[in-house]
Amino acid sequence: MHAFEYASPATLQDALKLLGQQWGQADVLAGGTDLLSLMKDGVHTPRRVVNIKGIKELGGIQASGTSVRIGATVTLDELAESPVIRKSLPALRTAALGVTSPQIRNMGTVGGDLCQRPRCWYFRGGHGLLARDKNGQSLVPNGENKYHAILGNRGPAYFVSPSSLGPALVALGATIKLASTMGTREVEAARFFVTPASDTQRETALMPYEILTEVVVPIGMRNATYEVRQKQALDWPLAAAAVALKMKGTAVESARVVLGHVAPTPWPATQADQMLAGKTITGDVAEQAARAALADATPLSQNAYKVQLARVAVKRALLEAAKGRA
Amino acid sequence: MPEYSWPPKEKRRLMGKRHDRIDGLEKATGKAKYGSDLNLPGMLHGALLTCPHAHARVVSIDTSAAERMPGVTAVRLIAKAGDEIQWAGAEIAAVSAKTEEQARDAVKAIQVQYEPLPHLVHEHDLQKAGPRAKAAGEVLEGDPDEAFKTADVISEQMYGIPVITHCCLEPHGNVVRWQGDKVDLYPSTQNVSGIGGDLAKSLELPAAQVAVHQDHIGGGFGSKFVADRWGVEAARLSKASGGAPVKLFLDRATELTIAGVRPSAYGVVKLGAKKDGTVTVWESRTWASGGFTGGNSPPIPYVFTRIPNKRQNHSAVSINAGGARAWRAPNHQQACYLTCSALEDLAAKLKMDPVELFKKNADWTPRPEVYRSQIDKAAELIDWKKKWHPRGDSGSSHLKRGLGLALHTWQGGGHASQARTTIHADGTVEIELGSQDLGTGTRTAIAIVAAETLGLRIQDIRVKIGENAYPPSGASGGSTTIGGVSGSTRRSMTHALDKLFDVVAPVLGAPKEQLEAVDGKIQVKGNPAKNLTWQAACAKLGMNKISEMGTNDPKNPGGLTSAGVGGVQMAEVEVDTETGLVRMIKTVAVQDCGTIVNLKTAESQTYGSVIMSICAALMEERIMDAQTGRVLNPDMEFYKLAGIGDIGEIVVYMNMEKEYDDRGVIGLGEPPAIGGITAIANAVANAIGVRVSHVPLTPERVLAALERRNA
Repeated sequence: MHAFEYASPATLQDALKLLGQQWGQADVLAGGTDLLSLMKDGVHTPRRVVNIKGIKELGGIQASGTSVRIGATVTLDELAESPVIRKSLPALRTAALGVTSPQIRNMGTVGGDLCQRPRCWYFRGGHGLLARDKNGQSLVPNGENKYHAILGNRGPAYFVSPSSLGPALVALGATIKLASTMGTREVEAARFFVTPASDTQRETALMPYEILTEVVVPIGMRNATYEVRQKQALDWPLAAAAVALKMKGTAVESARVVLGHVAPTPWPATQADQMLAGKTITGDVAEQAARAALADATPLSQNAYKVQLARVAVKRALLEAAKGRA
Repeated sequence: MPEYSWPPKEKRRLMGKRHDRIDGLEKATGKAKYGSDLNLPGMLHGALLTCPHAHARVVSIDTSAAERMPGVTAVRLIAKAGDEIQWAGAEIAAVSAKTEEQARDAVKAIQVQYEPLPHLVHEHDLQKAGPRAKAAGEVLEGDPDEAFKTADVISEQMYGIPVITHCCLEPHGNVVRWQGDKVDLYPSTQNVSGIGGDLAKSLELPAAQVAVHQDHIGGGFGSKFVADRWGVEAARLSKASGGAPVKLFLDRATELTIAGVRPSAYGVVKLGAKKDGTVTVWESRTWASGGFTGGNSPPIPYVFTRIPNKRQNHSAVSINAGGARAWRAPNHQQACYLTCSALEDLAAKLKMDPVELFKKNADWTPRPEVYRSQIDKAAELIDWKKKWHPRGDSGSSHLKRGLGLALHTWQGGGHASQARTTIHADGTVEIELGSQDLGTGTRTAIAIVAAETLGLRIQDIRVKIGENAYPPSGASGGSTTIGGVSGSTRRSMTHALDKLFDVVAPVLGAPKEQLEAVDGKIQVKGNPAKNLTWQAACAKLGMNKISEMGTNDPKNPGGLTSAGVGGVQMAEVEVDTETGLVRMIKTVAVQDCGTIVNLKTAESQTYGSVIMSICAALMEERIMDAQTGRVLNPDMEFYKLAGIGDIGEIVVYMNMEKEYDDRGVIGLGEPPAIGGITAIANAVANAIGVRVSHVPLTPERVLAALERRNA
C-alpha cells in the first residue's frame, strides 16, 4: 500500500484545511468500508487520509416539522434504527437495510454511501473510471457488462451508481450540503450525482477540497424503496427503485420515481412521474408506470434482464408506498 | 492375535453418537492458530509479482529498483526473459521485505516488459475454441443408432456447468524458515506427511531436513497437496534473507486466480427411452476446460453406468486461465449435472414423476436397492408425494415452487495411515499421526475411536497430528482420511491395550484374554468386580511406558473400513418469475458412509456440502474477460457465495441401518457435495416449466429461460 499521511482533526475547519485542490492529494475517511479497499487495490493512492469520524458536528439526526437533517457520519445502522426515519422515511430505512451486512451498516456512513466509488470491475481492476483500453475504447460494451448500466449508457460512462441512499434522496428532493474553507453550498440530490465525461472527472459534484457535511430530507410524502438483490447476504442490488408520492386523497398529486443501479447516477424516471400524476395506484397503474420508467432503456449485450428487474422494482416500490401512511 | 473389528453397534459407547469437536472451543475463540495467523520473531513478508496478461512472452525483467526499496531483503525471479506465460496471474517474481506493505510496493517496482500474444479465456462456445479444442475420440457401446430408432421417446438438451474456484477461507500459503541445513515449514496443507518431501525435492535437500508443523488449516477442498511455487519461493527468500522466517500467503485476488479451479463441463445429452421411462440409450457431445491443459470428460453417464447403448464424444479445451486442481469430488458434480438433469428432462417429456423414473432406472446403477431406498427416504423427508407437481404446473402466482432430485456416488476408502499410541504410567494416553484436520473433525474422530477402544472418555485422549515427524498418514484427498485414521487408531490402541493387559493380567489373576477395558477400568470379563482403575492399571508400568504402532493398509482394511457409497439429495425451491430470483426452501440429503464415527461432524460435513452446492447452483462462477484475459471477480464481492439467509432449511439423514453400519468406516467429505447442484437445477425446471440449461441459475438466466418458454 502506498504510504500516506494520516490526520484526525477535531473540527470541520481543521479537516477542510487538510484537503487538497486536486483529487489524489487527500482522501476523506469515515467508515472506510470503500476507501480502504480502494487503497489496497491501488485505485486510490492518496498522499493524505483525513479521518472525519472525530468531528462531532458531522453526526446526529435531527427532525423539524418539515424535514430531517442527517449528519454525514451517521452510520447506516443509526439511520435504519432512527425513530424518525422509521416513521417518515421508510425509503431510506429500506435502502440502508439493503446493505445486508451488519458490519458494513455499523461502519458505513451516509456520506460514504453517497461518495463511494462505482463497483465496475474494470474500474476496480485498474482500468480507470471509464474502463478504457489502451486505445481509449471502453472495455464495457464488448466486455462483461451484466452488472452495468441500461440507462444513461451512451458512453463514455457505463458503470452504475453504487449508492444505496441516492435514489431515495433524489426521489424525496433532498439537499446535500458541501463545505469548503470558502464556505458551504447546497446541492439538490439530483444534481449531486454526475455522469463523468472524462477520466479526470468524478461521479459526484463534490470537489476535492470539499467535505459532504449533511443531508436534509423533506418529510410528508409517502415513500418506499425496493431493491432486487440476488442474495440475502451482502450483495449489490441488480436494480432498485425509490418512489416519493405527494397524495391528494387517494390519488397521486405528484410522484417522483428514481431508479438505482441501472445508470451512472440515480436515474429519475420522469415518464413514470408524469404517468402517475392524478392516478390512484393499483397493480395495473404500477405496471404501467414501471413500463414508462424503462421506456428509454438501452441495454448492453448482457444486461437486458436488468430492464425487467428495474420494472419490477418500480412496481413493487409504488405498491409499497401506496400502502404507507407518511 | 488381537481383535480389531468394531464393537457391535449396541455396545459402542461413543462411536456413532453426536460429539462436539475437541478443538471447537479454541477455534471459536480464536485461540487456534492457522499458518496465516503466525507471526514468528523476526518474520519477513513475501509477495508475488504475477503476470497481468493471459498469454505473453517475457521480454525483460528489471528488479534493480525493487532491490533498492526500503525494507526489501531479497528479490527472486521465477520467470525469465523468453518465457511464454499461459495465464494471467502466473508467477513472475517474488520479494521479501520487513513489512507486507514494503513487499507489495517492491513487487510493483519490478519492471517487466511483455510481448502480449493472442489468448482464449472462454470455453463455453466450442465453435470459438477452434484448434484449442482437442477431441478425445468416440466411445461406443452397444448400438446407439438402433436404440434411438426403436426408442418411444427421445429427449435432447444442452447443459453447462462453469469453472468455479475453491475459495478457501484461509488462502494458500505458508511461513517458511530455512536456517542452516534445516527448513521449518508452516503450511496450509491437506498433506502434512507428504508436503515436506515435496518441498525438499524442489530445494534439493534431503527430505529429513524439512520439518512440517500445522495445527489447523482453513479449508482446502482438494487444492492444497503440494509445496507449490509460493512454498519453494518462501523457502528461498528465507535462505537469501539470512534464515529469517518468511510468510507468503496469496492475497484474495491471486488465490481466486491461480490457486486452483473446478473444471467446467458443457454439452448436449440425448437420451432414448421406453414409454415406461426405462432409458435405453445415451449420447453425449461434451467439452470441458480446467485451464491450459484442457479438461477431461466427466464420468458420464453418471451413476447410471449400465445404460446399455452409448455414444460419447468429448473435447478438451485449452484456455489461458489458472489451472484445475481437485475440487471436492472431482468431475462428479459435472457428471451428475449432465446425467441427472437429462433424466429429469426426460421425465418431464414423458410427463412422469422423476422419482419414479429414477427408481425405474436404478437397475442401471451399481446399487439399485440402496438408491431406491434412499430415494424413498428423501421423498418422505421432503414430502415429495404431496408437493410434487408436473413440470410447470405450479399455479398462477408469480412465485412458483418446484422439487428436484439427483443421485451420486463416491469411493472413499481409507488411505494408508500409521498411528503411534503411547500409554504413560500416569494414565496419559497420546496418539500421534502425521495427519491433518481439514475442518472435518479428524482430531475428534481419532479421539473417539481411541476412547472407544480403551474404555476411556474422549477428553482422556491426547491427539497429536500436524507434524511430519509423526508416523506417516495419508493426504486428505478423496474422502480417505476418516477410514485411514480410524483403522490405524483402532489398531494401535488395540496393540497398546494388549500390552497393558500383559502387565495387568497377573495383578488381576486372570489370563489377559479375559480382560476388557470398560468405563475407565480394566476388568475381568464376567466378573467386573475384579478390576483396576485405568490409573491404577497404568501405574503398574512403573518407570516404563507402552508405545505401539497401528496401520491402516488400504489393500487389507480388515473390515474396519470399506469403500463405495450412494446418496440422494432433493431440493425444494421457490422462483420469483418476475425477477428470476431462486429462493431455497429446503434441501434433503440422504447419505451412506458406512460406520459413523461422530454423527455430529458427519451431519456437519453434509450441511457444509449442501451449502457449497447451493452456492454453485445459484450464484458461484469465475467470470473471465475476453479482452483483458483476466478474472473479473477474484474477490468475495462478485464471486458470489451464499450467506445464512440464502440457505433455506437443510435436513440430513445419515444411513445408520445395519446393512450400512456393517460395512466399516467410509469417507464422507465428497459424496454429499455432488448431487445438490443438480437437485436444485431440477427443482427450478420443475417450478418454472422450462430447463435453465446453465448453472449458476442467476436471474438473467432464469428470466431468459422463461422468455424462451413464453415465446
